[in-house]
Amino acid sequence: MQQPKHTILVIDDDVDFIQQLQISLAAAGFAVRTAFGEQEAEQALREGRPDLVISDLMMEHMDGGFVLCHRIKQQDPTIPVILTTAVTSATGLRFDTISADERSWVKADAILAKPVRFEQIIREIRRLLPEA
Amino acid sequence: MVETLRVLIVDDEPGMRLAAERTLRQFQIDFPDLEARLEFDIRQAASGEEGLEVIQSFQPQLLLLDHKLPGLSGLDVLERIVARKIELHTVMITAYASLETAIRATKLGAFDFLAKPFTPEELRMTVRKAAHHYLLQRRADELAREKRQIRFQFLSVLAHELKAPIAAVEGYLCLLKDLPAGVDPQTYAQVVDRSLLRIEGMRKLIFDLLDLTRIESGQKKRELADHDLVEIARLSLETVQPSADARGITLAFEPAGSVVMTVDRGEIEIILNNLLSNAVKYNRDGGRVTLTIAREADRVWIRVADTGIGMTPEEVSRLFGEFVRIKNEQTRKILGSGLGLSIVRRLAHLYGGEVTVASTPGEGSTFSVWLNPAGAGGAATAVEPTE
Repeated sequence: MQQPKHTILVIDDDVDFIQQLQISLAAAGFAVRTAFGEQEAEQALREGRPDLVISDLMMEHMDGGFVLCHRIKQQDPTIPVILTTAVTSATGLRFDTISADERSWVKADAILAKPVRFEQIIREIRRLLPEA
Repeated sequence: MVETLRVLIVDDEPGMRLAAERTLRQFQIDFPDLEARLEFDIRQAASGEEGLEVIQSFQPQLLLLDHKLPGLSGLDVLERIVARKIELHTVMITAYASLETAIRATKLGAFDFLAKPFTPEELRMTVRKAAHHYLLQRRADELAREKRQIRFQFLSVLAHELKAPIAAVEGYLCLLKDLPAGVDPQTYAQVVDRSLLRIEGMRKLIFDLLDLTRIESGQKKRELADHDLVEIARLSLETVQPSADARGITLAFEPAGSVVMTVDRGEIEIILNNLLSNAVKYNRDGGRVTLTIAREADRVWIRVADTGIGMTPEEVSRLFGEFVRIKNEQTRKILGSGLGLSIVRRLAHLYGGEVTVASTPGEGSTFSVWLNPAGAGGAATAVEPTE
């Protein structure tokens, strides 16, 4: 297998979800770093620039993912961020029913509803990192 | 707190209506048992038809209803109230108290009767009785609603807790299905181990749930007998020994002598197993768990101290809620149903006892359960299921 070109930072408070993404992304040829919750995420971001971030929306704080996303974009607007969320399956709210105007304040490049299919994530990554 | 009860008087005799209104206008009732004080807001209606209109607009809680009216009779009015599913307390006023009228009115839900002519004092007594009944019923409705609400919350959290491990295992299986050939065998082992762990956690949750429903329903017959708690503890220690050994944790138990108490053996096992397995799970590798069982004054104490991660006061305050699991960096790989301590507490209550905890972050926690040796007779059903 060739040397991975891109590093993806996976942020979630679900150990199993992190592990599953880690395995599937590694199998797809990416280098993967993981962070459990917001605090570890901030630390991981200080340690080095990932090429893409996949973050859960709700962790310790209800909107931790939004805040994190905002901060990443402030630091470096070129890092693509994918938010994953179980909000839809938990509450029935759907993000895509929110108008484009309302969505503009969410800084994420993509929002995926959990449970996420891995090929769907890979597809989004390839869209956001065309050279990957 | 002073509350106002809305009263409607339906009678075709203006003198009657006026007398009744005067009697109740300045009337206040205290119900010390319900911590309530009532006064009255009164409306009048001269006929059944008018009465029904006022019921719609005024929505009285108490209705003083004359039976003999021009047009619609009192019973006709009652029938319509029942048909419209309006909830109010009705006192029928009858000049010639016929048994037949009384029976029909009772069948239609009338609460009480008042025979004409009546004294102001008789009216007050009757209104007092009806008002008390109204307040009691309202209190009962509120309690029932609260209970339903808590039950509903419990079920929705439960559904989530059952869904989470299924989603995790499903994710791992999908992963296995799609993994390209030639993936490092360690990855497979990881996936399988984690799936088994989540399934084990789910089984534990289901067992805990069965314990909990059994305690709550009081269906299981408790087998109370004299047992030596020290001897029960030795068995519980054996149960957790393997998981302690795996992480180099020492289990210390040096009883001074036997502690005999009237208990249901199974209940004490559940208490001990929960506390001991928590003390191992949340300990550091190479740590220590110290169990003490002792009779002090008129209480029997079970204490389990660990040298684990400990908790902040804020975490301790949330600890006994159902499905509460303290989530932080140190606990993320530890599985649990979040029901264990809630079960321990319910069981302690069955023995007139309580659970307390003292904890220091980074140093460890001590869980103490005290039981009242005379309290085991408390029926399982006496436990408030919804705290």
